[in-house]
Formats: sequence, structure tokens, C-alpha cells
Amino acid sequence: MIKYALIPMLPLAAFVVSGLFGHWLKGKAHWPPIIAVLASFALSVSTLFDVMGGHTVNTVLYSWILSGRFDVHIGLKIDQLTAVMLIVVTTVSSLVHIYSTGYMHGDKGYPRFFSYLALFTFSMLMLVMADNFLQLYVFWEAVGLCSYFLIGFWYEKKSATDAGKKAFVVNRVGDFGFGLGVMLVFITFGTLNYDAVFAAIPGHVGQTLTILGHSCNLFTVIALLLFMGAVGKSAQLPLHVWLPDAMEGPTPVSALIHAATMVTAGIFMVARCHPLFNQSQTALDVVTWVGGITALFAATIALTQYDIKRVIAYSTISQLGYMFVACGVGAYAAGIFHLMTHAFFKGLLFLGAGSVIHALSGEQDMRKMGALAGKIKWTYITFLAASVSISGIPPFAGFFSKDEILWKAYSSPGAGHIVYYLLAFAAFLTAFYSFRLIFMTFHGKCNIDHEVSHHVHESPKSMLIPLIILGALAVVAGFVGVPGVLGGSNGFGQFMSGVFGPGTAEAAPAGMEMTMMVVSVVIGVSGIALAWFMYIVRPELPGKVAKTFAPIHALLYNKYYVDEIYDFVFVRSIKWASANLFWSVVDVGIIDGFVNAIASLVEAMSRVLRRLQSGYYNHYAFGMVFGVLVVVGIYLFAR
Amino acid sequence: MTGYIPNNLGYPILSLVCFLPLIGAIAILLAGKRDGMARWLALITSGITFLVSIPLVTNFDRTTSNMQFVEQKSWIPAWHVNYIVGVDGISVLLVMLTTLLTLICVISSWKAITVKVKEYMMALLLLETGMIGVFIALDLFLFYIFWEAMLIPMFLLIIIWGGPRKMYAGLKFFLYTLAGSVLMLLGIIALYYQGGHTFEIVKLMGRHYPMSFQYWVFLAFFIAFAIKVPMFPFHTWLPDAHVEAPTAGSVILAGVLLKMGTYGFLRFNLPMFPQATMHFTPMILVLSVVAIIYGALVAMIQKDLKKLIAYSSVSHMGFVTLGIFAFTRQGMEGGILQMLNHGVTTGALFLCVGLIYERTHTRMIADFGGLTKRLPIYAVFFMIFTLSSLGLPGMNGFIGEFMILLGAFTTQRIYAVIGTTGIILGAAYMLWMYQRVMFMELKPKNSSLIDLSMREALTLIPLAVFVFWIGIFPNPFLGIMHETVKHLLMQVNGAANMSASAGFRGF
Repeated sequence: MIKYALIPMLPLAAFVVSGLFGHWLKGKAHWPPIIAVLASFALSVSTLFDVMGGHTVNTVLYSWILSGRFDVHIGLKIDQLTAVMLIVVTTVSSLVHIYSTGYMHGDKGYPRFFSYLALFTFSMLMLVMADNFLQLYVFWEAVGLCSYFLIGFWYEKKSATDAGKKAFVVNRVGDFGFGLGVMLVFITFGTLNYDAVFAAIPGHVGQTLTILGHSCNLFTVIALLLFMGAVGKSAQLPLHVWLPDAMEGPTPVSALIHAATMVTAGIFMVARCHPLFNQSQTALDVVTWVGGITALFAATIALTQYDIKRVIAYSTISQLGYMFVACGVGAYAAGIFHLMTHAFFKGLLFLGAGSVIHALSGEQDMRKMGALAGKIKWTYITFLAASVSISGIPPFAGFFSKDEILWKAYSSPGAGHIVYYLLAFAAFLTAFYSFRLIFMTFHGKCNIDHEVSHHVHESPKSMLIPLIILGALAVVAGFVGVPGVLGGSNGFGQFMSGVFGPGTAEAAPAGMEMTMMVVSVVIGVSGIALAWFMYIVRPELPGKVAKTFAPIHALLYNKYYVDEIYDFVFVRSIKWASANLFWSVVDVGIIDGFVNAIASLVEAMSRVLRRLQSGYYNHYAFGMVFGVLVVVGIYLFAR
Repeated sequence: MTGYIPNNLGYPILSLVCFLPLIGAIAILLAGKRDGMARWLALITSGITFLVSIPLVTNFDRTTSNMQFVEQKSWIPAWHVNYIVGVDGISVLLVMLTTLLTLICVISSWKAITVKVKEYMMALLLLETGMIGVFIALDLFLFYIFWEAMLIPMFLLIIIWGGPRKMYAGLKFFLYTLAGSVLMLLGIIALYYQGGHTFEIVKLMGRHYPMSFQYWVFLAFFIAFAIKVPMFPFHTWLPDAHVEAPTAGSVILAGVLLKMGTYGFLRFNLPMFPQATMHFTPMILVLSVVAIIYGALVAMIQKDLKKLIAYSSVSHMGFVTLGIFAFTRQGMEGGILQMLNHGVTTGALFLCVGLIYERTHTRMIADFGGLTKRLPIYAVFFMIFTLSSLGLPGMNGFIGEFMILLGAFTTQRIYAVIGTTGIILGAAYMLWMYQRVMFMELKPKNSSLIDLSMREALTLIPLAVFVFWIGIFPNPFLGIMHETVKHLLMQVNGAANMSASAGFRGF
């Protein structure tokens, strides 16, 4: 029990130490977080073995909020799903911590950076270990806070602080739904504990809820409200806008938070709540469609971007879409499998991009790169491994996990089968833009600024070792889930069946699965080939294509103008209405106008009455005599 | 029926807490002209008052809804006026909040106030007596005296130590409140005759007043308290008063005075006029969600930091009234907790604004930017209170807001859904404010600012402790109010059900 509690608590302690004493620790401020996170990693590995041995954990730490029947505690739940997440989080977090000692070296916010990283790791670990909905919500927002801090880490840059604020507020829009979902769960089930809620589901099947006169399935409403939170956190349409901007943060942050761990919390949440989602086909279809459309949508944007980090950011949004499709078609294990491999190869892509940026003294525009392969060899090799992996080429890790999703989508009866075609096309684009990035950055003509080119240098060991470890994982991590048709036993899927139950018997024949697998590989290879053709063989071609299809290129390059539309529809209009309607008209005009009018009225009346108080005795004497006459007069005549 | 548990501590604890500041004020009056003496006397008085108030919590009996630490003396027998003081699970928390915030205000005013220091400290201490009196009085006559008496020192704080438009703001504050008080006075007199010639609050509860009587008197009390909260549309005195008041005045105003409105609802409107309460609940809920959203939107576009926080108060107090009038355990306890939270957080935010105002003599957001670079410790505290204000989990605001919304969702779903949008807007205006003040490029004119002194940090640390304490371990706070809230809900719901079966049809 203490062992499990230590997994999150060690990083918390490191946060406190580095946060409070960072001023004195200065350049050594990375030690407490690194030691803590490595220890958490070791404990997580040991926990994984416990779980594999059939020992799951469900324990209460303390009673948090008690009010009437609302009784919430802070607890730890460790099952197969959590165990995998623990490994993913602590692995990537450890490597990012180590990498950051090189990348952030000399930054004046060095101690602050490491304390934020530790706080994030704590929050993320508590998120995946939560045993109830409210605790999930709490750490869901806490990781969002760390993301806010780290995106705006260089707080003197306006763009960075804008991006941080945007991330927080957009996530709050998702959390609006998530929060209402949590409330609805409590009102329906009288508890927020996962196990108690899931156990009570059968008693509520068929229940409906009236919303604006429409009668809706209760589970559809709950699942969609929760999913709204996932859409925000995992940057899916229409709440994806914050993630590309989040690239303003230091690159190790992009790797850890905005690729490998935090943004996958949405998938984790849907997987965790799968008993609720499984009760509503409507909700599952929505998850499938949102995931599928986002996967393709983001991939098309990635085709045209020039900022190396933004390409990878859109790629992340797209890959998260794949994972949602997996959840939507009920293949939760496949979704989590891809979550894991993606954490490795996408974390690696970001760290590799960081290494490139580091080598080029901060340059992020791929048009000012090229021919770097020979100069930064280790970065190149690992980057290549990650790109092959994401393109779905066997036997790299990405192949197994992505293909599993494609196959599950294809073989599913409903929405998934249609969405498969979106995903397949997106897979082609993925291979293309990934290798467009490789060719623009590492091959072809050298477009590096003259000044910068003198300083091009390979990164220090502290950065290369994490790259190499992740590179190895991006190659081999897939072997834990080799499907049956390839002679494997899909050990990952079997392990996960402890949470998601045994998968449904596959309707489609094995031959079909094999065929589809070949199709995926062909898609991946042709994407790479096209990139090679356009960026190596005929480098003048991309410019021509962009010119020929100028409107489409502009649309993609400007990200479908979503930011501009949101800015106009929400930000500007709300500010305008607040300033010119509520503030000027209602507050100052109507309410205060009324209040001041009363005051003026009283003042005006007083001014009239004041004349009576002239200060002359004869006026007063006259008044008195007059008054006496009136009273006597009334007395005499009016009786 | 609520009963009395006589005070058995051996000393009249409530009278002490209430009148020690008055004694301190007299001591300052007699102590001669030296400013330093006045400061120290105020510090010692408010410090002792705070310490003396601690046994109220540690010795509080959490198993009863009766009034505790009760002292009872006959005062004006001819009018049946008694001196009765006592606290329950709601007022005891507010008394503690008052003694803590007053102490902090004395420390924060140490250097900020340089003119008429003696009078200032006296006003602050007299204000404390008035505020505590309001929370502990169990006799309507006594309550009303404290209620009105408290106005005067607050009014003086604004018009003497205030900003450029202090007369306008002070008078607006005074007249707005007085307008409400006059109505309440009529209500009190009516209640005295209707309730059998007594001012005893506990005896006036749980009687069955005729319906039309309930409605009129409910409204008389409601308007007085709604102005104090302030509920939309009675709120326009608040931004002006805050902007012109000195820092400590704003802290007390936001931290304690606003709570008197919601306290009044809980102490008078709900238990005395339950049927009328039910009748007016829909209107109050509408006003609550309007306050949440309207307050947030108007806060967003303010250019003056104090105005921004003042409007955020309107929004936050909208959450409180939403929770109270949801009539659920979670909603009401969340509402009461949020009263405390708002006192802690908004009080701290006003302190934060005061700290940079003392350094720069401006409160305009546009004059700042990048202050984190020069004021890193200040930045941490300001961030903590900003996050607390926007309801970040792990901090106090979240517990209150979530319980309120959960409570409201149970019985008033649509209001809860609309109210929940407030959490989005809250994040937007608070983070935007913080960004413009603390992040981005530092302006050259601010390049020589110095970070917090020990004394200044001392005013913020206790409040930061409460932010996390309530956020992480809220049960000690909720535990105090459980029985009182349970009893109050029984009073309201029980009576409301009776009226439903009686088939009453309104005015």
C-alpha cells in the first residue's frame, strides 16, 4: 500500500523541494525530481509485475469531502489499465527529465522548470490511479494547470502566455461538460466510485432524461458529457485549437505533456469509463466519428505546416483521433496499445525535434533546415526510427498498434467501417507528412542560415541517451501485441482483457485481416514514396502544387481558419457585448442611471425645500402664525 | 425548534470577542497622539481577539444544531429586548473569518495608512465589534443595532482614507445599504407584533405566519440582504465602494460585509418565512445565475484591478445564493463554505492589489505587465489566489463551487447548467488579468519595484494556508455546519411541504 502511494508522492515531494529551495539549488535543481521520478519508475515496474501476477489494488487514502450522502475520498486504484499508464508516464517522464538537464541548461528558470515537471508527473500519476470520478476530475484539471504553467514557461513572451491561457480556457470548455457529467453520475448512482458506479449500471439501463423537452437515454447523456472533457483534453475537433499553440512551451514539455501523457488522458478516461460508454451506441458512434474526422482533419493541416513542432503537434492530434476510433468501436485495448506506442515514438519525435532546434540555435522553420543527417547523426537515426514507426511500417511499434485500430475499425459493423476509410487516407497522409519532415530537415539542400550553420552541433549525451532509449522502444514496443495472424498471441490485448473483458469474436476471416494488413503497409510505403518523390527527386514540385491548388493550400496552411472563426464568434463578440452592452448600457446606464436619478431627484427637492429655511426670524414667525391660523381654522370650520 | 446551550467556558467568550475591539478602540482614543502606539494597540487588540475566538471552534459541539456559547441578559424589559448572543454552525465560521481578517487588515495597514492613523485603527476595531455583533446577535433588536452601527466605521473608512471619488462612493454605499435597512426595520417591527411581542430570533423561527404577512416581510428582509450580497441588480454600489476604499476597507467589505447578506438569508428569510422562500426561489435562482454570468462578463472588460475583482465578487456571490436556494445538503453547505472561501480568496486578492498599489500608486491593468520578473514571491501568492478564485481543484474555491453546482443540479438542473458556464468565464477573466499584470514585458517604470517584505508576506501566508487547507481537507469545515444545515433544511422543507398540502395559491 505504501509502495503504491509512493509512486505519486515522490514526485510531489520533489516538486515541494525544488519549488521551495530552487533558489538555492540553482543548477542542481534537477536532482530531486530526477531521483523521485526514477524511483517512481522502478516502483511502477514492480507494480506492473504485481498486476501481472493477478494482484490489483483498490485502496482509500483519506475521506475528502463529506456532505450528506455526497461522500468522496481520495483513493488509489491499480488494475491492468492503470499499470500500463504508470509505465508509460514514468518512462517518458524520466527520460524527459534527463533530457531537460541538457535542453534547459543555463535557462534562468531552470529550478522552476523542474519543479513544474515534477508537479505534472505527480498529477498525471494521481489521474491514472484515481478510483473515482471526482478525483479524476481534480487531477485532470491539475495536469491542465501544469500544462498552463509550462506552455507559458517563458512568461515574458506574449505568444507563450497567450497560448497557455488559451489551453486552460479551451480545456475548461471541455471540463464544463465533464463536470456536469460527474454530477449526473453522482445523481444517478449516488456515488462517484468507479467500481460502485459500474456495478450499478444494470439497474439503470433504459432510464431516460428529459432535456429541453426531448427524452434522451441517460447513458448517452452521461457518456457524451464525459466525452466533452476528453475532446478538450485530447485536442479533438472542435476543441483542438489549443494544442498547436501549446508548442510555445519548451520542447521537452511538448514531448511529455502534449504528446505522450496528458493529451492521452482523454483516451484513458473513455477507456476507464468504458462500461458507461458501452451502454450507448450513440455515444460510441460519436466517439468514432469525432476521432475519425479529427484524424483526417489534422493530418491534412500537417501537410502544409513549416514549423517542425507544429507538424508534429497536428500529427499528435491526428493520432489521438485514431485512439478514439479504437475506443468508439469497442477496441479499447487497441486504443491503449496505440496510446503506449504513440507515447514512445511521438515523445521521441518531439525530443528529436528539440535536438534539431538545439543544434540550430532555436530555429524551428523547416525551410531553413536541410541536409542535417550527417551533422547530427544520432538525432537523425532515432528520428528516422520514430518516423518509420508512425508511418506504420512493420515491424516497428507503430505498425502493430495502428494496424490493430485500422483492422478493428474495418471489421466493425457500424460507423467504424465507414470511418476506416478516413483513417486509411489519414494513414497515407501521415506517412507523407512524416517523411516530408524528414526530407526537409535532414536531407536535400542545406538551407540553414549562414550564421547558424557554424554552430550546428550534436546534442550532449544527456539528450541523446533518452533519444536512443525511446528509439529502441519505438522499434520494439509493438512486439508485446503481435496479432494472431502473424503468429503472435497479442499479449497486450490479453493482459488488458482483465479490464475490458475478452474481445468479441471476430466476424471477419483471418485471410481478410491479412489482406487489410498488406493494404496498410502499401499505404504507408506509398506515402513515404510520394514524399521522397516530391521533396528529393523533384524538389520544385511542392511549390508548383501549392500554386496550382492555391485556395486549398491556403485553407490548409491557415488551419481551416478555425482560430479566426473562434476569435470572431466567441472572443471578440463576448468582449464587445460585455463592454458595450452589459457594462455601458446595463450597469452604468440603466442601473446606476436609476440610482443617480433618485439621488438627483432628492437633491432637487431639497433645493426647493431649502428655501423655507431662510434664517430670517420674520419668515419663521410668519410661518408659525400661518400654521396656527390654519389649524385653528380647521378646528373651527371643518368640524 | 432551536434551543440554547449556555456558555460553559467560565468566561463570556462571545461578549469578549465582540467587545474586546471596542475596548481596544477606547484605549487608542485615550492613548495619546502617537501613531505607533495606535498601531501597536490595534495589533494587540485584534491579535488577542483572534486568539480568544479560537475556542469557539475547538470547543464547538458538532453534534447539535442548537445555539452554543449562549449568553442571555435582560436589557430593555419594557420592549422585551434582551441581550442574547450565541453561535451555530454557520455564524461561528463567520466570526472566525472576521477575527482573522481584521487582524490581517491591521498588519496590512501598518505602513499604507499615514494620515489619521489613530482614527483609522479605531474605525477598524469598531467595525470589528459591529461585524461580530451582527453574527452573534440572537435578538432582532440587538442585531439591528449592530447592523446599523457597523455602517458608520465602514463609511468613515471610505470617505476619509479613500481615493479621489471617495465621497460619491461612500455616500452611495451608505444610502444603498440604508435604503435596505429601513425596509428591514419595518419588517422587524412587523415581526415583533406578529410574533407575539418578542425580538428573540429563535422564538420567531418556526412560527406559522399568515401567507401575505410572510411575503411582505420576506421581501423587506430580502431587499436589505440582497443589497448587501450584492445580488444583481442591486450591485452597483460595490465596484465604486471597492475602488475608492483603502485596501483594508476592500478586504473587510469583500471578506465580511458581503457575507452578511447571505447570512441574513440563512438566519432570517429561510427559517422564518419558509413558504415565502419557496415562492420567491425561482426569481432568486434567476438572479443568481444572472449574477454569475453577468458579473463574470463585466469583470472581464474592467481596466481597474479593483473593479475587476469587485465584479468577480458579484459572480462568486451568485454561486453562493444559487447553492443556498437549491435546498440540498450539498448546495447549502457548499454555499456556506463558499462564503468563507470568498472571504479568504477575495480578501487576499484585494491585499494583493493593495500591495502593488502601494508600490506604483496605480491600479490600472494597463500600467502593469511582467511584474513576475521583479516580484517573484509576490507572483506565487498572487497566482495561488487567482487560481483559487477560478476554482482550481485542490484549492478552496473548487470545493465550494462543485458542491453548489452539484446541489443545484439535483433540484434545479437548468440553473446548474447555466451556472456551470461561470467556471469557463471565471478562468478567462482571471487568467487574462494575471497575464496582463504579471506576465509579458516589464515596463521600464516598474523596473525598480521590490518584492514582498516579511510583514507583507505575513498578511498573505495565513490566507494561502486556508486556500489549501479547505481545498485538500474540507471536512473539518463542513463538519461544523452539518447539523445546522440539516436542521435548517428541515425547517424550510417541512414548512414548504405543509404549505403545498394546504393548497396555497400565492398572493
